[in-house]
Amino acid sequence: MDVLAGKVKVTSKTLDQTMKPAELMDHPIRLSARDVTVHYGEKQALHGISIDIPDRAVTSFIGPSGCGKSTFLRCINRMNDTIEGAKVGGKIELDGEDIYSPDLDVVELRARVGMVFQKPNPFPKSIYDNVAYGPRIHGLAKSKADLDEIVVSSLRKAGLFEEVKDRLSEPGTGLSGGQQQRLCIARAIAVGPEVILMDEPCSALDPIATAIIEELIDELRENYTIVIVTHSMQQAARVSQKTAFFHLGNLIEHGDTEDIFTNPVNKQTQDYIMGRIG
Amino acid sequence: MNALVIAALLLVLLTVSYQVGWSRSRKLADGKDTRLHSRPIYHGVLAALFAVLPAIVIIGLWALFSQSVTNSFILAQLPAEVAQQEPFAVQSAIARVQAIASGYGVIGEPTAAETAAASAYASFQQLSFLGVIAAAAALGAGGLFWAQRRIAPRLRARTEVEIFVRLALIACSTVAILTTLGIVLSLLADALRFFSFINPLDFFFGTTWNPRFQSAGTGSAGEYGLLPLLWGTVMISIIAMLVAVPIGLMSAIYLSQYAHERVRSVVKPIIEILAGIPTIVYGFFALVTVGPFLSGLGEAIGIDIRATSALTAGVVMGIMIIPFISSLSDDILGQVPRTMRDGSLGLGATQSETIRKVLLPAALPGVVGAVLLAVSRAIGETMIVVLAAGNSPVLRANPAEPTSTVTVSIVNQLTGDADFTSPQSLVAFALGLTLFAMTLLLNVLALYIVRKFREQYE
Amino acid sequence: MTDTVLPGAAAGAQNRERVRKSLSRRHRNEILFRWAGILSIAAALGFVAILFGMILSKGLPSFWQSTVHVEAFFDPELIEGGPRPVLADFPSPADHQQAVNEWQRAVTLSNWNRIVETALRAEAPDFEIETRDLLELVTSSARFQLRDMYFANPDVLGQTMPVSILASANTDNWLKGTIDRSQPDERQQLAATTRTLADQFEENGTISFDFAWHIFTNVDSRSAPATAGLAGAFMGSLYMMIVVIVLAVPIGVASAVYLEEFAPKNRLTDLIEVNINNLAAVPSIVFGLLGAAVFINYFGLPRSAPLVGGLVLTLMTLPTIIIATRAALRAVPPSLRQAALGLGASRNQTVFHHVLPMTYPGVLTATIIGVAQALGETAPLLLIGMSAFIANIPAGPLDSATALPVQIYLWQGNENRNFFEARTSAAIIVLLGLMLLLNAIAIFLRSRLEKRA
Repeated sequence: MDVLAGKVKVTSKTLDQTMKPAELMDHPIRLSARDVTVHYGEKQALHGISIDIPDRAVTSFIGPSGCGKSTFLRCINRMNDTIEGAKVGGKIELDGEDIYSPDLDVVELRARVGMVFQKPNPFPKSIYDNVAYGPRIHGLAKSKADLDEIVVSSLRKAGLFEEVKDRLSEPGTGLSGGQQQRLCIARAIAVGPEVILMDEPCSALDPIATAIIEELIDELRENYTIVIVTHSMQQAARVSQKTAFFHLGNLIEHGDTEDIFTNPVNKQTQDYIMGRIG
Repeated sequence: MNALVIAALLLVLLTVSYQVGWSRSRKLADGKDTRLHSRPIYHGVLAALFAVLPAIVIIGLWALFSQSVTNSFILAQLPAEVAQQEPFAVQSAIARVQAIASGYGVIGEPTAAETAAASAYASFQQLSFLGVIAAAAALGAGGLFWAQRRIAPRLRARTEVEIFVRLALIACSTVAILTTLGIVLSLLADALRFFSFINPLDFFFGTTWNPRFQSAGTGSAGEYGLLPLLWGTVMISIIAMLVAVPIGLMSAIYLSQYAHERVRSVVKPIIEILAGIPTIVYGFFALVTVGPFLSGLGEAIGIDIRATSALTAGVVMGIMIIPFISSLSDDILGQVPRTMRDGSLGLGATQSETIRKVLLPAALPGVVGAVLLAVSRAIGETMIVVLAAGNSPVLRANPAEPTSTVTVSIVNQLTGDADFTSPQSLVAFALGLTLFAMTLLLNVLALYIVRKFREQYE
Repeated sequence: MTDTVLPGAAAGAQNRERVRKSLSRRHRNEILFRWAGILSIAAALGFVAILFGMILSKGLPSFWQSTVHVEAFFDPELIEGGPRPVLADFPSPADHQQAVNEWQRAVTLSNWNRIVETALRAEAPDFEIETRDLLELVTSSARFQLRDMYFANPDVLGQTMPVSILASANTDNWLKGTIDRSQPDERQQLAATTRTLADQFEENGTISFDFAWHIFTNVDSRSAPATAGLAGAFMGSLYMMIVVIVLAVPIGVASAVYLEEFAPKNRLTDLIEVNINNLAAVPSIVFGLLGAAVFINYFGLPRSAPLVGGLVLTLMTLPTIIIATRAALRAVPPSLRQAALGLGASRNQTVFHHVLPMTYPGVLTATIIGVAQALGETAPLLLIGMSAFIANIPAGPLDSATALPVQIYLWQGNENRNFFEARTSAAIIVLLGLMLLLNAIAIFLRSRLEKRA
């Protein structure tokens, strides 16, 4: 326990160097959720979640497994629609637009809100085609040259270009786990999203690959609104400016990362941070 | 009668030997502190095996060879010129003698030689039966005697019985191999005999199929060009695939990706009913319903479509193959990881884009394997084409005309009184060999592709 | 340069515009795709519906067949041979038997057609019709039916008995309208007078549509198609299925047990594995060739015998049973084997006492599915001579016989299309009914066994 707590302390120091909570003030609210509930058939998975997520910052969702953090993340780009029997209630607004309104096109929403999954899931296509997939289906490139540019710059932003530039036509499944995950990030970036959701993006990776991805997330923060689900508190502390703690389908507490880790208000949050709730 | 006697004797032998083995081993263990290695049951079984197996071997050998031995015995009794006749005449001469001996009588007065042969045959039959029984009984008794002398506390009866069981299991699992071997050898042997009549080049590259019936008796063997049949087979298979692949694949996609669980659980079994229907029923369906319908349709739009044609057979065969394609594709689509689908949907692809651009390419090898298996099925399918293809082995490209296939010709050439000596019937084996080779190739290729596909996602 | 991938919100406007522009086309494609799926399913379901609709609509009426109800007078003037010889009148049973044989011959040679004719005329006293045309009304086996009635009970001599005689196939066609009633005389199978009489009989109730039990109890018939039944084919199929079950199940289970539980993993077992998978996909007709070449030509087994058919079908069914049994064995948790081995059971005991019993539901289902498949198989049977016309019920597996699917094949080829299209459909209904029954039994037994396990 102590070791864990100690580690958190160390990382929260690094946080100070990246960004002061006060700076978040000039980041307007990008996403706001009000009283969001999710039912899977009879079972209620989320109980009235309300939260605001700021622009161009990393917000992390933490909590024990099964607490609803991934479920809530999947609400933000309506991935829950693909699960049979899932029902979402409440309201989520992106730039003031209700994303569950019947007028909203879910395809367009997902083009604006990209997602990176727990397990790297490159398509069984070449590296190039993986990245070009989104721009192609959405018709984002006017020409082949356009498309090339999108692919290259997306790979660059994902920090993968230098490693794969000579083998763009080789299958994406041939890359290492960490490279695959960065490929998936490049694939998401290529669509030009405003928000990127990441569902435990490092849980299948080794520590070195994890470190690279975390660095990448920190860089991407300048241009994107990022929401990341993680079960590693250290990771949350390292990469995020805002943290929300979920437990049993409830949002227990959220606020600036530093506050949550150093000075949690809620007893449950405190217990979790101290390692008392698995 | 004889079979009953033999079965009864074997049963007696079995019971007695089991009892001997069981009770003797029991006695060894009784009272004293010697411990048997195996329980008495195993001693009993072992004794029974030793006694019954040799007897069964003797009887089995007799069953295998009695026919040829008997035939040559009867022939030896008859005048020498009988044996020099055509095989068919020899057979009927033998049958006459047997009929006389059995007392049922024959058409026409039996000759003196025949009567003599018949009585000799009758006594030979009796003697040989008694001889076989005696030999089996003697061997059985010998086996039992030896087995019961071996019984001792240290005898590992269970181990020995288990070795017997293991051997029996191995024997059973070779049946599958023997079947394949039997298929290959019998097809090869008779195909080679066919090729002694007809040049293989004329068979494989000939464009005329006209096997005259032997009864026409002009001495000419007819023409056996494979190509018209092969073309008919290929054309019908292509039509079948054109029907089955889109419908089967799209149904599988809709059921696995779009349909509600409840719809799926009702529709899937109904489609699979199609797979359980015997092919003869499809043939009848083609003949009575689909053929006239297509022909009427053709009339309506001004095309001459024959009721029995490649088109009719192909369409119905396609219907038959739909469930095959759909359940295999369903299986294969189910193996593509869900994360792949989520990845595409998460990028904003619509569901159909996800299916067309991610799921299907990922499942492609598996689907190709499934289609190959289906093609192999279509090639080997017989009854539908026998009834609905029109049996017209002419090389022509129009699918609305009657055609014929490899399987139809096999049936045509081998139904009726096949004597296995004329090219007319032997050609069936050359055709069978061609068919077997084609389907084997497709199957091996398909199974290999599917296996590789499965490994990819395991 | 980088404006194609403007980051974050900056890209927003441009990208969103492009995405929006593509939306309507993409949604249209989505709907098209979805409809393609729905149509495919509709087509597949439609085929099932049409197939069953066709067979039921054609076949069901065949189960109710035009039957003529008449009063037959067993006229002593016409029936020769006098009363049946009585045993007491003869010195020995042999003499009696001989007298009975002579009596039977005389009775058989009597003019039974005349009795049929009289009985029919009695139902329509004023109707003018030639004898030949009149007899066309009923099946040609009517005379045998009356004769057999007399054999069974000679006391009816001189009496009038109510008899139900099947109408001929052509009459049945006419009354059911399976033949075009508007066709001119020369295109009709029956004479005009016969047709009129048939209509009259139907009207006054002499002809009614009775349930055709004889479909199940009679054998095939060429001379009297109206009486053709499935009993012979059914027995042939039954013998074959018995052979299949007796051979395929033990051999199949034994091979599966060996391959799954005992066999070392080496080249040979790999070969067997590949081989079994291939055998499962070998066309059935190739098995027919094997049967013709090996069982009939080489081993000299009789043609047309259910035993040979059963052997061929056994070889075809084996892969199904082996593959299913192996799958069932694989599903048995290894912990069970370890537990048994740990208690000191030998490997044989472990497998036969503990593992194998767990697979019974799976083996049973596979057996029934395999048997159902074998039951419907036609092509290989044609090659081993089972398509011959057989007018007897086979008494054993070595007698000449045919099988249900082969009977369907034979019937669909009968020249009297109008009658046999319906009769073939009826046979198909019986075959499909049997297969359905087998599958239902499989489902029922499996659920029972699995509950118990």
